[in-house]
Amino acid sequence: MAARLLSGVARPVNGLLLAAAIFLLIGSLKSEIFAQQTVAGVAQGAVYGSLALALVLIYRATEVINFAQGELAMATTYIAYQLIQWGVSYWLAFFLTLAIAFVIGFGTQVLVIRPVMHKSVIAVVIVTVGLFVLIDGLVLWKWGGDLKFMPAPFGQTVYHWGGVAISRQDIGTILLSIVTVVLLWALFQFTKVGLGMRAAALRPAAARLVGVRVDWMLAIGWGLAALLGAVAGLMTEANQFILQPSLMQAVLLYAFAAAVLGGLESPAGAVVGGVLLGIFLNLIGQYVHFITAPLRLPFAFAVLLAVLLVKPSGLFGERRVRKV
Amino acid sequence: MTALLELEDVEARYGPIKALHGVSLSVDEGAVVAVLGANGAGKTTTLRAISNTVRRSGEIRFAGKPLGRRPAESVARLGIAHLPEGRGTFSELTVAENLRLGAYTRRGALKADTERVFAYFPWLAERRHQQAGTLSGGEQQMLALARGFMQRPRLLLLDEPSLGLAPVLVTEIFRIIRELNESEGMTVLVVEQNAHLALQVASTAYVLEVGKVALSGPSEELQSHESVRRSYLGY
Amino acid sequence: MTRPPLSALVAGAIAAAVIALLPFAISDYHQALFAQVAVFFIAILGLNILVGYSGQISIGHGAFMAIGGYTTAILSRDHHTNLVLTMLVAFVLCFVCGLLLGLPALRLSGVYLALATFALAVSVPQLPLKFDKFLGGSGGVQSAKTVSHTWLYGVSWLTAAILFVLGWLILRGRVGRAFRAVRDSEVAAVSSGIQLPIYKTLAFGISAAYAGVAGSLFVLGTNGFAQPNEFQVILSLQILVGAAVAGLGSLWGILVGAAFVGLLPTISKDVPVVGSAHGQDVVFGLLVVLVMLLLPQGFAGFLGAVKRFRTRPDTP
Repeated sequence: MAARLLSGVARPVNGLLLAAAIFLLIGSLKSEIFAQQTVAGVAQGAVYGSLALALVLIYRATEVINFAQGELAMATTYIAYQLIQWGVSYWLAFFLTLAIAFVIGFGTQVLVIRPVMHKSVIAVVIVTVGLFVLIDGLVLWKWGGDLKFMPAPFGQTVYHWGGVAISRQDIGTILLSIVTVVLLWALFQFTKVGLGMRAAALRPAAARLVGVRVDWMLAIGWGLAALLGAVAGLMTEANQFILQPSLMQAVLLYAFAAAVLGGLESPAGAVVGGVLLGIFLNLIGQYVHFITAPLRLPFAFAVLLAVLLVKPSGLFGERRVRKV
Repeated sequence: MTALLELEDVEARYGPIKALHGVSLSVDEGAVVAVLGANGAGKTTTLRAISNTVRRSGEIRFAGKPLGRRPAESVARLGIAHLPEGRGTFSELTVAENLRLGAYTRRGALKADTERVFAYFPWLAERRHQQAGTLSGGEQQMLALARGFMQRPRLLLLDEPSLGLAPVLVTEIFRIIRELNESEGMTVLVVEQNAHLALQVASTAYVLEVGKVALSGPSEELQSHESVRRSYLGY
Repeated sequence: MTRPPLSALVAGAIAAAVIALLPFAISDYHQALFAQVAVFFIAILGLNILVGYSGQISIGHGAFMAIGGYTTAILSRDHHTNLVLTMLVAFVLCFVCGLLLGLPALRLSGVYLALATFALAVSVPQLPLKFDKFLGGSGGVQSAKTVSHTWLYGVSWLTAAILFVLGWLILRGRVGRAFRAVRDSEVAAVSSGIQLPIYKTLAFGISAAYAGVAGSLFVLGTNGFAQPNEFQVILSLQILVGAAVAGLGSLWGILVGAAFVGLLPTISKDVPVVGSAHGQDVVFGLLVVLVMLLLPQGFAGFLGAVKRFRTRPDTP
């Protein structure tokens, strides 16, 4: 499976990834801070990758960039917060939130997106912009803009391993992301629904002819994307310790950058792109003193722009022939 | 023999352009029926009208019941397998996945069917994990047939199965079509430009001209009239 | 756009008269409010030139407003420059910035351009936080002089009128024809000798310049105070939606779009149940979604104009 994945990627990209991996390994062995930042970067990158994966899922199926993906993730995190306020334990709230997120995503596609989809793709994009604002307003209205606090899912312990400090939170985030991605991959690879979804995304017309209910597949896709977003939101909150409405705005941009970096139609690319972005943002923040915290976003923008200009199809994408 | 499929005065349009101006035909259960005609006569559109992948009006009855406004996927679920022009192969997926998609609407064990498919197309078994897009044109056409078979349809709609294939392969394809009809009892409606070959497999044929049925009848009849052959069938 | 029909001229004259006489009839507070509508009018006009006439999309025009706004505030703070002069500087500066963005934009289109401009919109408000000595950090920059609401109203609408006429002149001339040719078919445009890069970049420059002036007026409208919070992503989204509501280039369309975006926050303050400050977002978002759902052909020609939004060919 991995072989098939990598065989589809161009040689230079493989080489690049390998070089990056070696670079990270050597750096981590030589410097503890390097190792720390790398691990923390992987954890953050896992979050960017999850949201990027959500974006790619929707884009692959419908050519729509869902600008509201981040806000939806933020809103579902607030829902988890509310459940916890009502006395539900963290992990129960976590899984309930995932289920609720799925329903919301599914419902949004059926009620709001589907009727507009037949008009034009950009009409849908504007709708997602409207949803962005709407969700933002709803959250502010219901919960206000002040900071909220949620319990730490993995505890506050920090492990020390050969001089490198790694928090349990980071490990938890990485593991959770891996599990989520693997489960999703298994769904697509081995189940009938997964195959139907892939067919619906690749060739909707041909899929209809074999009986795939394309519209429902798209709705499920949106549900899954919302679910992924919820995971990303919950992990972001855990990383930042506080919950506020602007939680996911920066993450959305990083997710865009990651998705583009990986290739907008490549799920694997989204995840890899996310992790790479997370690691390198951290390392650059650490070692390039000019790039302080506020410059992270502009830096991500620069990365995004650079990728779009040099290889718009991203690391894992195919070069699309532009029809003249 | 009862009619499995009946079209009554079916019209179809692509936007403002009308492609079918009232086509009526019927396909008996267990038969092979051919739809012939020149390019642009409306052959492909007829199939699309049946699978509801084009805007159409008029009545289409399947096993006696009107199809109505069912969406394409619902028509497929009724047991009508439309193998479109261009084959409808999922190039990015593997051969095995394409076959699994063929069986998408089926419940239960597919092992027996998969084995039957590989009996008809032995070389497919070796290429199970190959990306479908890397197969040659002829192989993709066979894959499409195999996929159609996996659907176990009551009615198979074939759009120009011979298109772009070498003569050897074309003969092979039609041999398989005949076998599918005779051994598996599959009703087939085949659209073809290669009238000669189609008439050897089909029992009845309709000849379309500018979106209307110009001529129809049993194949032997159509084949035996030289003037008919010359004017309508091109040979 | 050939010679406008008499009815349009009359309608335009009526609009102008209403706008000119309005301040005498309304309170100071409302003057400030309608001045804001003018701000959006100008920004939306600029975006319309970009989208409607050159087919490129931008979800980042808030960034240019930020640049324009900060220009005004900083020039006033440091050099006590005449405020109208700062608007001129903002216009020129943002024109250049737009040209600079237009260059890489040549290689992007549709979804990719939307993403790139969105990224711009999110990143630019971060810059004052980094370069806080010059750009004032999160505390913002305060201009040396503030203006009365009536002054603001007058200058805003006068500027809007000037820029509208300017836009009309540009668009009916050679540049406009080139723009439309580019929008309708890039291949045909190139074949007829139109140098694509020049016109596409020019479109970005012009629309950015307009947004820059809008930004100046925007800052003047908030007591001459420029701060990052005012220029968040949502501003760019508002301009985009306003432009979508406005359709393509009709004066009335742009007025409606500007009014929609500019007045909505205030109107929705009185919405029951939701009410107060956050009502505006809920209502705005809801309206956008509802309009897209219910209007049979979406927003005039706006949607159709954005080029190459589909990256995949339409195959069955």
